[in-house]
Amino acid sequence: MSVMDYTTHGEVVEMQTGAIPVRLVRVPPERLQVLCGAVDAQGGVLQALWASDQRMTGGGFLLRIALQDDVGLVIVELALPAESPSYPSIAGLFPAAGRMERAAYDLLGVRAEASDQRPWIRHQAWSEDRFPLRHDFDLGPFGGPPADESYPFVRVTGDGVHELAVGPVHAGTIEPGHFRFSVVGEKVLRLEERLGYTHKGIEKRFAMLPAFGAERLAARVSGDSAVAFSWAYCMALEMICGISPPLRALWLRALYLERERIANHLGDLGALGQDAGFGIALAQFSRLKENLIRANQSAFGARYLMDAVIPGGVATDLDESRRWMLLAMIPGLESELSLLSEIYDDHAGLQDRFSGTGCVNPRLARQLGLVGLAGRASGQGRDARRDPGYAPYDTLDVHPAGSLEGDVRARVSVRFQELFESLRLSRILLERLPSTPHRGPLPDKVPDGFGLGLVEGWRGPVLVSLETAGGTIHRCHPHDPSWQNWPVIEHAMIGNIVPDFPLINKSFNLSYSGQDL
Amino acid sequence: MLRTLKQIIRTGLISESPASGGEDPGGTSKLQARLHRRFGRALAIRHVDAGSCNGCELEIHAVNNPYYNLEGSGIRFVASPRHADVLLVTGPVSRHMETALKLVYDAMPDPKWVVAVGNCACTGGVFGVGYASCGSVASVLPVDRVVSGCPPPPEAILRAVLSVVRTGRK
Repeated sequence: MSVMDYTTHGEVVEMQTGAIPVRLVRVPPERLQVLCGAVDAQGGVLQALWASDQRMTGGGFLLRIALQDDVGLVIVELALPAESPSYPSIAGLFPAAGRMERAAYDLLGVRAEASDQRPWIRHQAWSEDRFPLRHDFDLGPFGGPPADESYPFVRVTGDGVHELAVGPVHAGTIEPGHFRFSVVGEKVLRLEERLGYTHKGIEKRFAMLPAFGAERLAARVSGDSAVAFSWAYCMALEMICGISPPLRALWLRALYLERERIANHLGDLGALGQDAGFGIALAQFSRLKENLIRANQSAFGARYLMDAVIPGGVATDLDESRRWMLLAMIPGLESELSLLSEIYDDHAGLQDRFSGTGCVNPRLARQLGLVGLAGRASGQGRDARRDPGYAPYDTLDVHPAGSLEGDVRARVSVRFQELFESLRLSRILLERLPSTPHRGPLPDKVPDGFGLGLVEGWRGPVLVSLETAGGTIHRCHPHDPSWQNWPVIEHAMIGNIVPDFPLINKSFNLSYSGQDL
Repeated sequence: MLRTLKQIIRTGLISESPASGGEDPGGTSKLQARLHRRFGRALAIRHVDAGSCNGCELEIHAVNNPYYNLEGSGIRFVASPRHADVLLVTGPVSRHMETALKLVYDAMPDPKWVVAVGNCACTGGVFGVGYASCGSVASVLPVDRVVSGCPPPPEAILRAVLSVVRTGRK
């Protein structure tokens, strides 16, 4: 048995071919934890956990778990009975699975055998005995829900301990969520998050859409990661259709993705300076970001690339004059960034706020399954553009960013490193853009099937799982890395002071909409 | 420190007049005079994300960048609804945010204006109406202005806010 072969744990049914290597392993419930343990022992991480309703085709429910090891994705499938479906929890091995399991219960009624049975996505818009993603869920009409006032937060007691309730509406222009701090003075003993406020039924909506066209909804799972999600969606759909977009399309997708990364990193670096009292940083970085976004408008006809990636390719081609215009902007941005990076490094006040704040050491990061840019700032080096790698990145030699410190400063440093790397990649992508068509032919009808897409968005790995039947979507689960990283912020806050929360939170800048769906 | 100052000087003033959209000839000083006449002070905006994908938020951030510099014209974002004249709402209103949104609206002093920003806030957008989404902001609150777009560009958001200023008191 080779190290990455899990045949002793379950039936390895197929090696799917597509843009990324995928192994599908079917296991009986009693082997689930052993298999997950074997993947964990190989350094594997949890990417996603979701379920689907298979009762109309004579089955029960299907639980799927996406793990990633050094070879690629391992999809674990567990068939559950139609009546009282339940399975052994894997939250003991992968703590991030806890919330995913609770969400799978809220939406489909499949229950993990775990101690925490509190709702996660469900507040009170629907009752606890109804499951929106079951195909026989009654679609309405709906009354106005009462506020969710009864969620059982974990209470911390003791002399001088008091609670601070923040949200769902926050002071700034950010997404809604609730944070419950247990504090003594201004020191945080415990933070507990309560999300789900922006749950708007995206997965149910997917199941009402034709497969060609639903990339528009995918792009709006988390609007700041529109390219990552629409690309991952198209990758999954293209796997089902057995097609591969022409080279130029793949290169343009990568260019869009790097520009999305640059825009978000610029925005966050400015906001981090601002949150530490260095307002000039916000002005400088938001100026650079606006320059980039305006160049998007000139080159691609849109400030944000919401509808740029389509099945089979990209929506519009890049002409020669615009290609040169984008290339010509890169050196200027590089030199401005070098200067701002030096200013950040040399600013004692900033470094004082950044250093040692919101620390997640590599051991904790590994244990909790931290991924993406925050993971790389805590010694977790995986970057889907390299591991497992997919076209066109497999030919570009992506240099991964990294730090072992795990504090706000490390996450700032990783953002700077990734900005320079994205600019380097953008230059290559623009200079050597292949001259094939920018989109390829699509089949008349989408075959029935199951496909996966994995794209390294600016926050981390974005996964889309897609099942089609009769030309439409049977089930689509878009998965944002914020699922894995939100619980880690609770740990990063322990022992820090309340006024540092905005800084720590911003250094991760996780998605609410992407995890609430 | 010297490097920071040099960078500030090198960047210079890059703010564009809020009039660049062509809607408000006269520029910033005229706008400030009008604000002072109508409101007697700066116009205060409170933003609430009622279920957005976070796309519109990026463009709301942009109206405060040095190019659009909304704050430079005496219009600012405030942290509490109790200080606000205008409520900027993004997203379809999720059923889980419906109560919070109404509480924010109720906490604002009269007179108050509601501006629905983005296609989702206008119509429900790609998310529509469903078990978890109420759809448009107008299905939950009285709306005074709508700004379509996905996301709407900063100029469009600015125009809607400025048109509130022009209308003045209710």
